[in-house]
Amino acid sequence: MKTSVVVGLNRGARAAGLALGLPVVLFTGWWVLSADSTNIFLPPLSRIVEAFGQVWLSDVFFRDVLPSLRRLAVGYAAALLVGVGVGYLVGRWSVVRELTGPILAYFRVLPAPVLIPVLLVAVGIGDATKLIVIAAGAVWPILLNTADGVRAVDDVQLDTAAAYRLRSWTRHGLILRAATPQVFAGARQALGISLIVMVVSEMLMSTDGLGFTVIRFQRTFAIPQMWSGVLLLGLLGFGLAKIFELIERRALRWHRGATGREESW
Amino acid sequence: MTTSSRAQAHARGLAGGGIASRRILGIIGLLLAAVSYEAVTRAFFSPLHVPPLSAILPRAAELLTEARFWTATGRTLLVAAVGLLIALVAGVVVGFAVGSVRWLLRVTSSTLDFLRPVPSIVLIPVLVLVLDVAQITVLLVAVSCFWIVLFQVLYGLRDVDQVAVDTARTIRLGRLGRIVHVTWPTVLPYLGTALRLIVSVALALAVTGGLVMGAAGLGELIWSSQESGEFTGMYALVLLTGGVGIALDMAARLAERRLLHWHVATRREVAVR
Repeated sequence: MKTSVVVGLNRGARAAGLALGLPVVLFTGWWVLSADSTNIFLPPLSRIVEAFGQVWLSDVFFRDVLPSLRRLAVGYAAALLVGVGVGYLVGRWSVVRELTGPILAYFRVLPAPVLIPVLLVAVGIGDATKLIVIAAGAVWPILLNTADGVRAVDDVQLDTAAAYRLRSWTRHGLILRAATPQVFAGARQALGISLIVMVVSEMLMSTDGLGFTVIRFQRTFAIPQMWSGVLLLGLLGFGLAKIFELIERRALRWHRGATGREESW
Repeated sequence: MTTSSRAQAHARGLAGGGIASRRILGIIGLLLAAVSYEAVTRAFFSPLHVPPLSAILPRAAELLTEARFWTATGRTLLVAAVGLLIALVAGVVVGFAVGSVRWLLRVTSSTLDFLRPVPSIVLIPVLVLVLDVAQITVLLVAVSCFWIVLFQVLYGLRDVDQVAVDTARTIRLGRLGRIVHVTWPTVLPYLGTALRLIVSVALALAVTGGLVMGAAGLGELIWSSQESGEFTGMYALVLLTGGVGIALDMAARLAERRLLHWHVATRREVAVR
């Protein structure tokens, strides 16, 4: 009994060591190597960390970071709703699929950032434009993956549901449930895209937000501050991906149980 | 989309109706979309800000005869291609190095997981101080595509059949022989998927570089027509950029099919036709 606890602890410690080892080495390396840097473009990491505290843990957080996050959340949520809804229709009914095929193929390959100048002209500068751009960029992977997932639902499952005379609402729920692994795959791709589109849209047309602030620091040669913004954007990308992974793992627990597929190494 | 789901989807598509009827429905869908876009723009928007399709299409046709459109397209494609090539080589080399050594994969996996979701455009402000905009755009393309290639290679290496490896060992294939005859053919389909994914990513970032930093190419052309108030031209350019995307996508699919002509999923598709 006791030994198993010790072994478990050891295993945990080893896993933590493996996970944290290289990042700690890299961070320390950066810290030490940049300590006496006189190159203005590559300031010492200590100064970047200092700037990080000064810049982002102040009212800038409410003025620039929160609006960015809010736009990201609203735009992404809209993309999820529309993507899953329309994707379901496209995947379920072959007529809809065939009618929309070429149009969807076109929008899948159209780079999302080119929508920024289009919407800038059509809707004008403002929050609405940025929300629409984020949603319009993120919606395609969700839509296409949902359609694929819905179309690939096991025929046996559908026939079983029909044989049991499940009500149509229950059946729609079943289909959507069976398609969730694909929906999540699309949603994960869309998360990265929406973050990129958010930053680009703020770089191009904004008076607040993370992308705008980082570009402003760069233009005014506030280099440590700029680096701290880059660091924050990186952490944001990583943090969002981790949160997504947690949600996905919870939502797809049944799937991993059913297929024995484990996504970690 | 995995190859198996594609084959399945293909079979179902055939069950749902002939290719000809699908084409006709697709064309009807396109026409419906065009007509409703035309109607909506004419009814609700000023033609100056949101031009109707009847104004965009002639402008697009005009652009196709202009040299500046083709120079811009050529530049964008060149940047995308160089970035892609760097990403493919680096992704395959790093992927094989990390993926075939067990402890290396364990030590680096947390770092790779951390770096992958970092959006590559955060590099713009950092690099703009030291490189020129074309080089930065190449780097943006390369970095974004590198992660996709790398992870596809790692997934592929994880998928290598242990029985095949053991068989290769039994007939005394060396390390190199195992890589050539066992590992590489397993990883190749994953690289095919990666190729399909990265061409649109490469185009997107090559265009983004033009939009944000004014790197010569389609993105820069779109942004400058927006700034000079030449909105019909801008809409036409966006329309054509999508066309470039379609062409790239078709090229990638063709390359994938060539590369994987021996693979089950591809063979079945050909056999059905």
